Amino acid sequence: MLSRTRLLAVSRKEVLQLRRDTRSLVLAFLLPVLLLVLFGYAITWDVNDVPTAVLDRDRTSRSRELVEAFPASGYFTITERVERPAEIDRLLDRSAVRLVLVIPPGFAADLDAGRPARLQALVDGSDANTATIVLGYTRGIVQSFSVDAVVNGATVRPPVEARSRVWYNEELESKNMIVPGLVAVIMMIIAAMLTSLTIAREWERGTMEQLASTPVHRVEVVLGKLLPYLAIGMIDVGVVSVVGVLLFDVPFRGNAALLAVLSLAFLTGALGLGMFISAVARSQLLATQIAMVATFLPAFLLSGFMFSIDVMPRVLQAITYLVPARYFLVVTRGIFLKGVGVEVLRVQGLLMIAFLVLGLFLATRVFRKEIQ
Amino acid sequence: MTAVVAEDLTKTFGDFIAVDRVTFTVESGEIFGFLGPNGAGKTTTIKMMAGLVPPTSGRGAVAGHDIRTESAAIKRSIGYMSQLFSLYGDLTVEENIAFFSRLYGVPRPRRAARRDWVLKTAGLGDQRRRLTADLPLGWKQRLALGCAVLHEPPILFLDEPTSGVDPITRRRFWDLINRLADGGTTVFVTTHYMEEAEYCHRLALMNRGRLIALDAPSSLRGAAGEPLLEVETDDPARTVAALRGAPGVVDAAMFGRAVHVAVQDPRAGRAAVAAALGEHGLTATRVAEVAPTLEDVFVALVRAEGGAPVE
Repeated sequence: MLSRTRLLAVSRKEVLQLRRDTRSLVLAFLLPVLLLVLFGYAITWDVNDVPTAVLDRDRTSRSRELVEAFPASGYFTITERVERPAEIDRLLDRSAVRLVLVIPPGFAADLDAGRPARLQALVDGSDANTATIVLGYTRGIVQSFSVDAVVNGATVRPPVEARSRVWYNEELESKNMIVPGLVAVIMMIIAAMLTSLTIAREWERGTMEQLASTPVHRVEVVLGKLLPYLAIGMIDVGVVSVVGVLLFDVPFRGNAALLAVLSLAFLTGALGLGMFISAVARSQLLATQIAMVATFLPAFLLSGFMFSIDVMPRVLQAITYLVPARYFLVVTRGIFLKGVGVEVLRVQGLLMIAFLVLGLFLATRVFRKEIQ
Repeated sequence: MTAVVAEDLTKTFGDFIAVDRVTFTVESGEIFGFLGPNGAGKTTTIKMMAGLVPPTSGRGAVAGHDIRTESAAIKRSIGYMSQLFSLYGDLTVEENIAFFSRLYGVPRPRRAARRDWVLKTAGLGDQRRRLTADLPLGWKQRLALGCAVLHEPPILFLDEPTSGVDPITRRRFWDLINRLADGGTTVFVTTHYMEEAEYCHRLALMNRGRLIALDAPSSLRGAAGEPLLEVETDDPARTVAALRGAPGVVDAAMFGRAVHVAVQDPRAGRAAVAAALGEHGLTATRVAEVAPTLEDVFVALVRAEGGAPVE
């Protein structure tokens, strides 16, 4: 028979211990915001203000016009103007610039004569992602300047004009993808870390034996310990979401109550997982380390946060189904950016509940030997 | 009435036999002691009886509940104090009491009275708001005992409750145990202190997982086999070496500054001791026949069983 008195006694004890453990409290409330700010500012896939060098050997008003089009786009900053080709190598080698525009003599003359004019763009390819984006921007600018340009050896002809419109993230700003994703990733890490200490501490200090000798039931211990951390976790979700919206100017288009309900299920699962790790490790240090590795890496790399799951190799794609943050990520991005409701997130909701059941099952199961 | 029964209780960890076919019964209101060196299997036995460790084979019952199948019922009828202090150091005295009285299901109207009783009996009234970690060890142990009896259990299991405290504190602790036993509580206690063993109504001696004797302390002392001589010399260590294996001497062991020598016959023994010492250039300043203490009994029994476990 489960007893509410015993369950709440465990919760109350846990709260008293937490209140006297300043380090854990700071960790619980400050770390999520710290991670959000850190990653929110550090991680960006946007390419802006690319340092650019120009070697203009044409020196005409047409060539200057083309060069001016680059900073005007907002993506490039002209940081160097060089006179001799030899200087180019030096600039690229030192990564002083990422793009070098070389305008050959006769550029304006060719244009005016209606002949294909050529220009050379040298791109630093050591960061392939950025290089691709830089090339794309360069092509765009050059095309709108309506010339045939030779970009790293390939001739590009003026294309059919396409008008595109982007939904949900109109400015295509990566922070709009990153911040809601971070909410999911951070909560996975924090939740597992919060409870990873709680059972191991009882083992380390010998209090588990005393606990086991009382009539307390393992479900009462697990749920009793979970409640205070669930409250902390929910506060964290709220704080991180508000900071995300206010500080990073990320839209929040969906229903906050729906986010709360799904967070509750997700957090319970993650807290249960942390407790399971804690009970298995039996040492606080080991438990925290396992919790970090078991949650941080998958949540960061395999949830679709950092890398799109669609482009992963099949084996990795299969593994991502085991990463709970993958589903919560769909929830946070969906609610923040698309404003979708339960009709779209139904599958994720059910998966959250499955995760909750699994977390609680693992956490209680591991006690079976000690506490009946 | 029988409070605790164990029949052929056995616990093995892999190849190691921690407890080997142990059989005993404990009557209600009895203070029942388990005496033995470290590693003798006392703690494993007490944990099996408290429903914390399932036995490998054999049978046991506590307050009429089977230790294999009814450990939940057992936990409601016992108080348990583990070898290491295991209350919450980061809770105050009062908070620990409140926590355990809820876990033990003390009804709400009784809680305040039980708390006050524990604070008073443990002498911790003035320390109620102190963090438990800051208390001296002796006080912690009294608090642990108090928390274990909050629900007034009929049976109390104490695993080396006084290890590491000074004799006076130990004495106070035993006053508490005696008071509980007078009130009808059955106390099952393990110890490796001989003087503590004397407080028990009955004593089970354990060595290498086996129960080698079970009786009242006075009967155990009386049943010791060989007569015992207490020999005093200038050099007890050399005396033991000289006497061990000497003709007419069964065994010799240090006992404080003196040497206790088990002999086959008191008169012949005195001559044998004098001769053996003379051979090694030692002189006895005093030789007297003494009544064996529990320690002597224990040493003799362990010898008969083939020695103590290697540490």
